Amino acid sequence: MATLRMREALRDAMAEEMRRDETVFVIGEDVGVFQGAFKVTEGLLDEFGERRVRDTPISENTIVGTGVGAAMAGLRPVVELMTVNFSLLALDQIVNHAAAIPYMFNGQARLPMVIRMPGGGGHQLGPTHSHSFEALYLQVPGLLVACPSTPADGKALLKAAIRDDNPVIFIEHESLYGSRGEVPDEGEEVLRFGEAAVRREGGDVTIVGVLKMAQVAEAAARALSHEHGVEAEVIDPRTLRPLDLDTILESVRKTNRAVIVEEGWPHGGVGANLATLITEQAFDHLDAPVQRVTGADVHMPYSKRLEQAAIPHEEHVVKAALATLEGSI
Amino acid sequence: MADLPDAATCYELLARMMLIRRFEEEAGRQYQRAKAGGFLHLAIGEEATIVGTTSVMRDEDYLIGTYRTHGHAIARGTDPRHVMAELFGRVDGTSGGRGGSMHIFDREHRFMGGYGIVGGNLPLAAGLALASDYKGEDAVTVCMFGDGASNTGNFGETMNLAALWQLPVFFLVENNLYGMGTSVERHSAQTDLSKKAEGYGVPGERVDGMDVVAVREGVAEGIRAAREERRPTILEAFTYRYRGHSAADPEVYREREEVEEWREKDPTETFARRCLDAGVLGEREVQEARDKAEQAVVEAVEFADASPEPPLDTLYENLYAVTDTSGWYAVDERSPHPHRGEREDRMPDAARELAEAGAAYAGQPEGPRPNPAGRGDAQKGVEPEVAGEVED
Ligand SMILES: Cc1ncc(C[n+]2csc(CCOP(=O)(O)OP(=O)(O)O)c2C)c(N)n1
Ligand SMILES: [Mg+2]
Repeated sequence: MATLRMREALRDAMAEEMRRDETVFVIGEDVGVFQGAFKVTEGLLDEFGERRVRDTPISENTIVGTGVGAAMAGLRPVVELMTVNFSLLALDQIVNHAAAIPYMFNGQARLPMVIRMPGGGGHQLGPTHSHSFEALYLQVPGLLVACPSTPADGKALLKAAIRDDNPVIFIEHESLYGSRGEVPDEGEEVLRFGEAAVRREGGDVTIVGVLKMAQVAEAAARALSHEHGVEAEVIDPRTLRPLDLDTILESVRKTNRAVIVEEGWPHGGVGANLATLITEQAFDHLDAPVQRVTGADVHMPYSKRLEQAAIPHEEHVVKAALATLEGSI
Repeated sequence: MADLPDAATCYELLARMMLIRRFEEEAGRQYQRAKAGGFLHLAIGEEATIVGTTSVMRDEDYLIGTYRTHGHAIARGTDPRHVMAELFGRVDGTSGGRGGSMHIFDREHRFMGGYGIVGGNLPLAAGLALASDYKGEDAVTVCMFGDGASNTGNFGETMNLAALWQLPVFFLVENNLYGMGTSVERHSAQTDLSKKAEGYGVPGERVDGMDVVAVREGVAEGIRAAREERRPTILEAFTYRYRGHSAADPEVYREREEVEEWREKDPTETFARRCLDAGVLGEREVQEARDKAEQAVVEAVEFADASPEPPLDTLYENLYAVTDTSGWYAVDERSPHPHRGEREDRMPDAARELAEAGAAYAGQPEGPRPNPAGRGDAQKGVEPEVAGEVED
């Protein structure tokens, strides 16, 4: 065990996989000389050289497309898109090619590639630089979607993603890069997609928090316990595709209530999807409608006050949890 | 060397460049004081390219640029007070605090925006030019972008369309030798960016972007070709940003000597010297321009500081052109029950409370801020903890 920051854990995951497998390489804007816009690829150029740590021009669609081609020919590219926002310029290659090729060519081509991208709001970066697109990528068949909230999960999931033969959208949160946590040593990581983590046990209400919102959900659970005597069970799904629905349903069958927290927009969101799944699979167990807590239905404003008003916080989650308990406490 | 224009024009050019310089320096300071947030991209060193360009535009012409465009708006005539207020995220900002440093906009002065997406402004330029052409108007669109942006798909696609449809648009590449930390030699196979669109039918020239007079002449010709002949061209202006790409750039990709060399060619200093040597301007006028810039910037900060924060109930304003959205379902939890788009000033108490609870987080203490002065200065000791402090 070592205590690492998220950015270090992710860097170690890439470095270890690059040492293990010659076909793994990193490609993206300013990942080399600049050491990564968020310093996640720090040191990789020094260790692996320009052949395997490739600075690219500002050409997102082509960077991803190059990754797709390289993966079709047997390499394992780890593509870094500087942020989720810029992945929109690569959406064509991601959806029409990366996600579709294995299916469209009937399994003749596999795409063992990872597309990493940080996102999220909270730093006053305004409308073009604060997106949360977990839901967008979740919607696309053929993609796996990871959204780790702790350094340990970040490392384990990134290693799993690199070893996986499917295209993986790996969503990081900009404000989690500096957060520290215990990370198992090489070889001891749990390397599986589709396994949710129960962050806190409780019998009154289930709160599912995605990416950074897993932490907000935990904070809300503590407040619920201290201030309202409500014991919430907090689940971090860690990957949205595949989704560990069993763990979530098991919890909902116990608590009979569910709140889903995400930073992205409400329409067609992760919560909208999950609420439907819960309603379909556990309708008889629900004592209240499923509640969603989301980012506001607007483009992220720059003003700090407006921005904070648009992002979900502990209070929003507490309120939603209490709403599911209305009448019963 | 191109001839100096008349004294009044020289004064105006110098005054604008000095104003932008002082504004940017002050923006950097205010960022350190955490009055401005987000990413801050300063154009210090690039003033001659900016002012040389705008000084030969007509009022009716459009200008469109990047996320490094506080100076472009000011050069176009936007009141620096409103630009500063935007950096402060206040209601009197150019976008009411919605856009921030990367998204300055001023329709009145036909500054059609700063954009946070590299290369995103190029197709918009074609569209603005198309509109002028369509309406039979004389206006030309001037599109400014960086060397790095010339690698985006938007670049090639826009060049082709502009040439194909003979649009009244003029392109100016602000070649400051780097796209973030990647030098032109490392990001573009064709390093002569003036030639990069030739195959698409958009020919180009190169110019010393530190020489405001040379930029003026080059741009004037490009605008003329666009206006009179419907012939889009490119001008590649060689310039340099003295500061880092944004506030938290340790600048490992360039040598300090290189920065010093470019500082020798400082656009305001060299131009002031030239005007003095030629006897076009006197010491007193140069000093006056400097003082006025100082005063305008002090006023801008005072104004921005006094401007109110945007009220929370404006959060949803201007999302749609319609003001009456009754009948539309709104579904975020700031309106806990699906509701029929009542106006936010009549929003349910529960929703208002949630908005206020969120906004309260804006009042939390600030961590240390990196110094946008770049390498060496206060950069040391600041850890790249938080996204806004590391860089996009
Ligand atoms: C599509 C897109 N990709 C990446 C970025 C991140 N980014 C912001 S500025 C920049 C460098 C742009 O360089 P250049 O075009 O030369 O302009 P300069 O900053 O030098 O003025 C990058 C990569 C972005 N904003 N948009
Ligand atoms: Mg540049």
